[in-house]
Amino acid sequence: MSAFLALLKRDLMLSVRQGGALGTALGFYMLVVTLLPLGLGQDLNLLSRIAPGILWIALLLAALLSLGRVFSSDHEDGTLDVLATGRMPLEMVVGAKALAHWISTGIPLALTAPVLGLMLNLDIAVYPLLMATMLVGTPAVSFIGAVGAALTLRSYRGGLLIALLVLPLYVPTLIFGMAAVNGLLGVSGTSAAMLILAALSLTSVVLCPFAAAAALRVQMQ
Amino acid sequence: MQTLTQRLANPTRFMELSGSVLPWIAGAAAVVIAYGLYLAFYVAPPDYQQGETARIMYIHVPCAWLAMAVYAMVAMSAFGFLVFRHPLADVSAKTAVPLGAAFTFLALVTGSLWGRPTWGTYWVWDARLTSVLILFFLYLGLMALRSSIEDESLASKLTAILALVGIVMLPIIKFSVDFGNTLHQPASVLRVGGPTIDTAMLTPLLVMALGFTLMFVAMHFKAMRNEILRRRVRALQLAQVEKAQASQLAAAE
Repeated sequence: MSAFLALLKRDLMLSVRQGGALGTALGFYMLVVTLLPLGLGQDLNLLSRIAPGILWIALLLAALLSLGRVFSSDHEDGTLDVLATGRMPLEMVVGAKALAHWISTGIPLALTAPVLGLMLNLDIAVYPLLMATMLVGTPAVSFIGAVGAALTLRSYRGGLLIALLVLPLYVPTLIFGMAAVNGLLGVSGTSAAMLILAALSLTSVVLCPFAAAAALRVQMQ
Repeated sequence: MQTLTQRLANPTRFMELSGSVLPWIAGAAAVVIAYGLYLAFYVAPPDYQQGETARIMYIHVPCAWLAMAVYAMVAMSAFGFLVFRHPLADVSAKTAVPLGAAFTFLALVTGSLWGRPTWGTYWVWDARLTSVLILFFLYLGLMALRSSIEDESLASKLTAILALVGIVMLPIIKFSVDFGNTLHQPASVLRVGGPTIDTAMLTPLLVMALGFTLMFVAMHFKAMRNEILRRRVRALQLAQVEKAQASQLAAAE
């Protein structure tokens, strides 16, 4: 367990100190949200109605963008081989790295959502619920994304390919995230959608490390 | 002592066996589909609400069934390849993916053409249509991942892992008509309590489903045979290159 925590701490420090990964993701998030009203027109009523959807989709894209680096930098400098030969199972290594991705990307993106919501004229009463759905749903984003990052480690078109592989698997998360938000805006079933969203996150936290570790093992033989 | 599967999984024996069976399966597929089309166009009654448009069902439903069944087969082949490391399982998974993608595409297109006269729109974003579209993207992802990695055996293993991850979509598609509002009709053939569809329409539908399945098996066998031959040619070419290199080295010394 201490090895798990050490790896988690290392990855979090790297994400803060090295290369501004967090800043890039946040900047991308804000830019996507800025571009959409320019493309859709400035009708504030329309924007406030579709704001939760815009914020969720922009969050998925921003998280996706940062996924490519989850394993690749450690693969390039050989750290991943050291971790794989160590005593900690590779599944735990994947778990630590995906958890670090969630803490360093998923949580900040979810916390930025209200600021962007203001710019989209989103009703302030929705903010707690919107952030809650994002906080509950982003673990699924990070852990499913880790599978995609592991699968594309050695492919030529890593960045584009990871989007093609992972975005379809994000659809259930997006659907139930939106269902939970829309529950407050009039339709019933918020708590049910929230529970399903939590179930999606917990299931992917448990299952995805096995798939990602299998993909990594195959490539390091 | 070999089991039956082990004997059948020998590529050479597979080539012999599939070669002799293939013409019969292809012929049976053509006959059954021709009979099914005759039943669908001349024998089956028009629907009392939808009229003649309901006949799209006889193409649409078999395609949709195969779209899911082929994915299940890809996933089973992938599992067989990952666990038993048998190359034939990988050949099966690799060649079934484009076929499955084609059936999914046909199911989407025929469904969309059917939706226009009956629902008034080509496309709605409901659970069933969306999940089948995602299945189509999964097939595309499997093809893209395989083609993006040069090392063939590595590509096979990674694609197999992705195929197993994607299997979570199958129950979502199957039960997508049961939750939420949808224009798509609920399951009417494979359901608890027996089919709700009349025999006059069910018979042509099942005949067409059998015909399409036979057609898939025939095309899959043919594609598997091509893939095995391609791998053999590749192995021979590699061997020739190595031989030429070795003789060049010998000549240089």
